[in-house]
Amino acid sequence: MRTKIVLLAAALAATHGLASFAAVGIPGEWQHWQAEVEINNLASRQRGARNFVAYCSGCHSVKYLRYSRLAKDLDISTEQLEQFLLPPGAKASDYMTTSMPAADAATWFGIAPPDLSLITRSKGADHVYRFMKTFYVDPSTPSGVNNLALEGTAMPHVLASLQGLQTAVFRNEEHRGEGGKPVTVKAWEKFQLDVPGTLSEAEYDLFVGDLINFLQYAGEPAQVTRQKLGVWVVLFLLVFTSLAYFLKREYWRDVR
Amino acid sequence: MATVVDPAKPKAKGLMGWIDERLPVSDFVRDHLTGYYAPKNFNFWYYFGSLALVVFVLQIFTGIFLTMHYKPSELAAFDSVEYIMREVEYGWLIRYMHSTGASAFFIMVYLHMTRAFLYGSYKRPRELLWLIGMLIYVALMAEAFMGYVLPWGNMSFWGAQVIVNLFGTIPVVGPGLVEWIRGDFGIADATLNRFFSFHVIAIPFALAMLIVLHLAALHTTGSNNPDGIEIKKNKDKNGIPVDGIPFHPYYTVKDIVGVGVFLTLFAIVVFFVPTLGGLFLEPPNFEPANALSTPLHIAPVWYFTAFYAILRAVPDQQFGALLMALAVVAFFFMPWLDRAKNNSMRYRGMVSKAHLGMFFITFIVLSYLGLQPAEGIYVLLARIFTALCFAYFLLLPFISKADGNGPVPERVTYHAH
Repeated sequence: MRTKIVLLAAALAATHGLASFAAVGIPGEWQHWQAEVEINNLASRQRGARNFVAYCSGCHSVKYLRYSRLAKDLDISTEQLEQFLLPPGAKASDYMTTSMPAADAATWFGIAPPDLSLITRSKGADHVYRFMKTFYVDPSTPSGVNNLALEGTAMPHVLASLQGLQTAVFRNEEHRGEGGKPVTVKAWEKFQLDVPGTLSEAEYDLFVGDLINFLQYAGEPAQVTRQKLGVWVVLFLLVFTSLAYFLKREYWRDVR
Repeated sequence: MATVVDPAKPKAKGLMGWIDERLPVSDFVRDHLTGYYAPKNFNFWYYFGSLALVVFVLQIFTGIFLTMHYKPSELAAFDSVEYIMREVEYGWLIRYMHSTGASAFFIMVYLHMTRAFLYGSYKRPRELLWLIGMLIYVALMAEAFMGYVLPWGNMSFWGAQVIVNLFGTIPVVGPGLVEWIRGDFGIADATLNRFFSFHVIAIPFALAMLIVLHLAALHTTGSNNPDGIEIKKNKDKNGIPVDGIPFHPYYTVKDIVGVGVFLTLFAIVVFFVPTLGGLFLEPPNFEPANALSTPLHIAPVWYFTAFYAILRAVPDQQFGALLMALAVVAFFFMPWLDRAKNNSMRYRGMVSKAHLGMFFITFIVLSYLGLQPAEGIYVLLARIFTALCFAYFLLLPFISKADGNGPVPERVTYHAH
């Protein structure tokens, strides 16, 4: 019985998860790309933090995370923190805000760049991964690029120097629409790298993976502690429950 | 090894005697624990009442600590929840216990109600016990809904929007009523503040009182049991039911095992999968409330989705809201809809068993459908299962009358361990 309930809950969780992150936009294989999250990979989180500060924090804040907390959790010394991560004039106890005023940002981009503290929790790590991987050249947009995961995004391809610039190859697919009428759907087929970046495709993948590990950490800084503590709590409860069971059996001997 | 206090024990001496002359502590312990006789054949389904109480206490305690740091204001609410998750010592633990506790409360209550359906625990003489239990369920729904609004995430906001607007479908008074509930022309700061007030004071207080009444009614009629027969009909020369055993120590010690198993599963969720893949904490709620950005699919948390599926199954919103309300109200009438002679499903026919089994499946399927987008095949399925849901209640009087009269045993079924 209990296993059935657990299985049911797991099945519900799985389907619900899929429904919430149902991919929209131009269909294609990219919608199935998945981020490899390694929350316990400390080196990856450290690289992700460094790269975030170098490439992202000019526009995006992580306003719920303090530099000091980041340093403590990611095993970064005070010297390293001051040398590589802290912006000039900032204190270690400051939150990771951005120096770009939101009002100006809204004027420049049409929308203020969102805070990324909880982005992997609200959109999912896979969404962030697909977003970072699917910028393509589109002269019709103000920034010159578009994105498969977030069509019409106001964000320029900040990592173009690393990934390079790619164009998207689309094909037309015939689908049966409402009432069986054929409809033509534009589908994504592949990317073509026009201008190579400084990183190979595999290296860029790792770069994005590091960023996601950092953001995953930033979404819930306590999660590593949580899982470590959880092991002990569950072990304690198992011992407690077995003792309680033997006590119960002893008492219930009398019941005929 | 167990020593059971004799219910006819003489008066206590010393300090206890001094207290008993002024406050009936010993009498209370005897009446409700050591001298309260419960049927000895309780099975798996009888853990969930005490477990629901355990979760209630957990929610109160974690709630007290959350309230110390939470700020009920549309400008500060979302930030204060993240503050709890990040800066308050063990705040993440308290918060996850509370959010997991909300779902756990409903799981316990649904299993507790399943037990009542299996063994006819709502039937005479336990009608009031059932009605008070249903009031607890409705109060719990209000408590959970308002609690869900407090983190002021985007799903909090839009969920509140959808649910509060349902009151607008009431003829004549509807639109004014919605404004009165919100305290504003939209879901806003005023709404958040009053929901906070209801969530931390009014409803928990009502719940506590209803739980006391629920237990008082239970101890007046005595517990039903899996065989659905009255143990009070069969008493020994001291007036003690021969199939009864004192609640304490036998059921206290048994319930502690249940608490251990429950807490283990609870801890696994809290420490390893606190969002349970979006079922216990929905992803859009990690975005602050935004009146300009509607989530792709607005869905309540899983424990409301059966009713939500009924609401969406009907094209007309007014009729949908009415049907949804009726689905809740129908439960209140169970003691009178079920006209079987026997309480327990064990001694009813196959038709009754299939009928109830179908209802359980219907509830689970509707809960699933309420989580899915209202499109395509899901809409059709929601309509079919909404019809099946009401068919259960409408057919129950006839099926139970015709198919609930098999022979019952004299004594409860019990195999000593």
